[in-house]
Amino acid sequence: MFSSPALRSLFLLLLALALAAPVLVVVGSWLAGASSNWAHLRSTVLPSYLGHSLFLVLFTGTGTLLIGVAAAWAVARFRFPGRRVLEWALLLPLACPAYLIAYTWTGMLASEGALQQALSLPLPDIRSPAGAGLMLTLVLYPYVYLMTRAAFVSQSAVALEVARTLGAGPWRRFFRVALPLARPAIIAGLALVLMETLADYGTVAYFGVPTLSTGIYRTWFGLGDAKAAAQLAGVLLLAMVALLTLERRARKERRISVASARTAAPLPLRPGPGLLLAAALWLPVLLGFILPTLQLLVWSLPRWRGLAESEFLGLLGTSLLIALCTAFAATGLGLLLIWARRLRGDRPRRLAVALAGFGYAVPGTVLAVGVVLVLASLDHGLNDLLASAGLPQPGLLFSGTLFAVVFACTVRFLTIPIQGLDAGLQKLSPNLDNAARSLGTAPLPMLRRVHLPLLRVPLATSSLLVFVDTLKELPAALVLRPFNTNTLAVRAFELASDERLADAALPALTILLAGVAPVILLTRSISSPDPESSHADH
Amino acid sequence: MRRLSVLFPLLAALVVTGCSSQSEEVNVYSARKEALIKPLLDRFTSETGITVNLITGSADALVERMKAEGEHSPADVLITTDAGRLYRAQQENQLAAVDSEVLNEKVPAALRDPDGHWYGLSVRARVVVYAPDRVDPSELSTYEALADPKWDDRICIRSSDNIYNQSLTASLIAHNGEAQTEQWAEGLVDNMARDPVGGDRDQIKALAAGECDLAVVNTYYLGSMQGGDDANAREIANQVAVFWPNQEGRGAHINISGAGVAANAPHPDNAVRLIEFLVNDQSQQWYAETNYEYPVRGDVPVSDVLREWGEFKQDDLPLVKLGEHNADALKLMDRAGWK
Repeated sequence: MFSSPALRSLFLLLLALALAAPVLVVVGSWLAGASSNWAHLRSTVLPSYLGHSLFLVLFTGTGTLLIGVAAAWAVARFRFPGRRVLEWALLLPLACPAYLIAYTWTGMLASEGALQQALSLPLPDIRSPAGAGLMLTLVLYPYVYLMTRAAFVSQSAVALEVARTLGAGPWRRFFRVALPLARPAIIAGLALVLMETLADYGTVAYFGVPTLSTGIYRTWFGLGDAKAAAQLAGVLLLAMVALLTLERRARKERRISVASARTAAPLPLRPGPGLLLAAALWLPVLLGFILPTLQLLVWSLPRWRGLAESEFLGLLGTSLLIALCTAFAATGLGLLLIWARRLRGDRPRRLAVALAGFGYAVPGTVLAVGVVLVLASLDHGLNDLLASAGLPQPGLLFSGTLFAVVFACTVRFLTIPIQGLDAGLQKLSPNLDNAARSLGTAPLPMLRRVHLPLLRVPLATSSLLVFVDTLKELPAALVLRPFNTNTLAVRAFELASDERLADAALPALTILLAGVAPVILLTRSISSPDPESSHADH
Repeated sequence: MRRLSVLFPLLAALVVTGCSSQSEEVNVYSARKEALIKPLLDRFTSETGITVNLITGSADALVERMKAEGEHSPADVLITTDAGRLYRAQQENQLAAVDSEVLNEKVPAALRDPDGHWYGLSVRARVVVYAPDRVDPSELSTYEALADPKWDDRICIRSSDNIYNQSLTASLIAHNGEAQTEQWAEGLVDNMARDPVGGDRDQIKALAAGECDLAVVNTYYLGSMQGGDDANAREIANQVAVFWPNQEGRGAHINISGAGVAANAPHPDNAVRLIEFLVNDQSQQWYAETNYEYPVRGDVPVSDVLREWGEFKQDDLPLVKLGEHNADALKLMDRAGWK
């Protein structure tokens, strides 16, 4: 009865359940009964939580779409001064954790801060809901930019040329041809932005903006009510499921696979508009990366000696190791799940893909506690098993190891490769698979010889994104790490959250610098067209 | 496949290092940030030869980790920066009762659990700071008086998400009852000069910048601004003055950073030794000097910055009350609209 593909589907579903377990365990174990505090929450703070979360989603969604898509189109389609540099510079804010930019901007805009002194204008208080939206927009727009640009760059020139010969002007070509073709990529980037916005804790907590995410902490730890907190987390999960469903539906409506050998060459702009465009594009980089970095440099100047401490290299090493392992693990698992679904889109495999992305929707600490619960029960089970067999108990094998940290980060960021690779695979026509199969290619060789070469860009993009995100990731590393193990993010956050910005500046700068290299790699992976991909569809 | 072959030995190595253990060591789960505890732990190691293994994190998450790890938990000592969390850890059965003559003698009864589940290590007072050019100290009296309409639009205080505000409100519930405290919170919210943003240092900065005339903060934030090496912060801190509330009555609200021995501690003796070490003369002095906190012991001198603020009377409300009333305090603040 169990044919082997069905068995494999079952295996994939189990794998996805294991990856979703930390979220499911937390939410599930708490949902056992109704909380007596729910009525209190509903009548006092819930409207404010929902209102602010919704506001941030709308603000950040609009902001990242405008900046991300416009920048991607400009860089992909036009030639203007500084385009080569902007290509990767536009990604730089990605390296900046949202809480860090929030602290830095607050410092710059404070009455004694550098900007206020230089401008001597009454600057608005950044610590408001709109300010939080702005901070999140500045560090998150690169997701949209990155995914959209990859889509624009690989878009066939033919579609645009056809539109042109049919008399469509440049705006019409953008809105009626290029944008719809890039829609899966844009929505994939937007989905990441919105999930990260909903789960953000550091920025909103510092700015005093009550959201669902801060509400979960407050309810769980302040009120000591795990059930009510779980119900709030459930609201976040629902929002995420809704987002993902919307995204899938948007893609299904127009499933377009255009593959062509030739991509459009960028059009040169006249110097006037070219410089204007360049200036506009530098703005988000300036606000999201250059100014905060300069401020951190100024703060850290008296502390450069700290860099010579051997401990600092240890911090960097641990951070890089965790980020590297997570990037490999998340990309590998994402590829497995997405590719398996392409081979056979049955219900278990579709469900597996949906489940595996859960980790991104809940605040980091909630996820970290979930991982603690899952790994500890695994440890306890193992110990009980060995004890019943009369063997010595090994104690905790998984809890409190770097494995736990990597597992948590993988669960958290698995959505990124899933979104990226899904968008990438969707662009490949099913005819490709059919052709390969009709030539007698088995699935695994097909993956290696057909899909993987064509997925080079999304693979590189996803793994580098996960790498940078893990470098910045905090709660998982904070709670789950082994004894005496520190990362850059832990060090930076500990000091920054204690309002010791000057001391936090050095590790923070190192996160930024460590994030810059992958960001440059990211750009190169997109701009160097893969020779194989241009032949694959002939 | 090549990836797996790289990862597997790595993970195996991690698992192996995860379960290695030596006898002369003590494992610390600390909500006190590394910079504010590690130097003391290093000194403990050099004096006793006992290796200290440390992880830091939020107290709530660390307690969750202890709970999940259960009987196999490596945690020996839990250190937190407020009494409420220690109380909660005790309620969750994560702390063992300790009977140590040294601790009972050195830590005042109000600053420890009656059954010895946890002990205070340092005292942190939550006070009113004011702008001397706009406020005369004779206008100030108690926490309760902060709800007086004369302070309309003049007070800076951080969010009610913060445990120190929750503890302050819990102490008011313990003294004045819930109904009266709710009225107080409503009055305080009316008097706020702005929606709560930022941390305690931000309130001090806003006070110096003229955004408000009073701020409610923990003393060590002001101390580290005054005594630190940042000239800007020093200048700001010197523009404000400390007022000790409720000196005619019960005394100023205090909280503690404290420690307890984990219920499943593999090295309970070393754990007790470590906590005893943290209340000895040098350690207590270190707290006072380095982090501008007050020692739990009256016989240890405070730092110069603190001495300038003068002596003050501490509220001797048993700190377990802060934990007991925490949830009620939070709900009350929700109802009063304290963001």
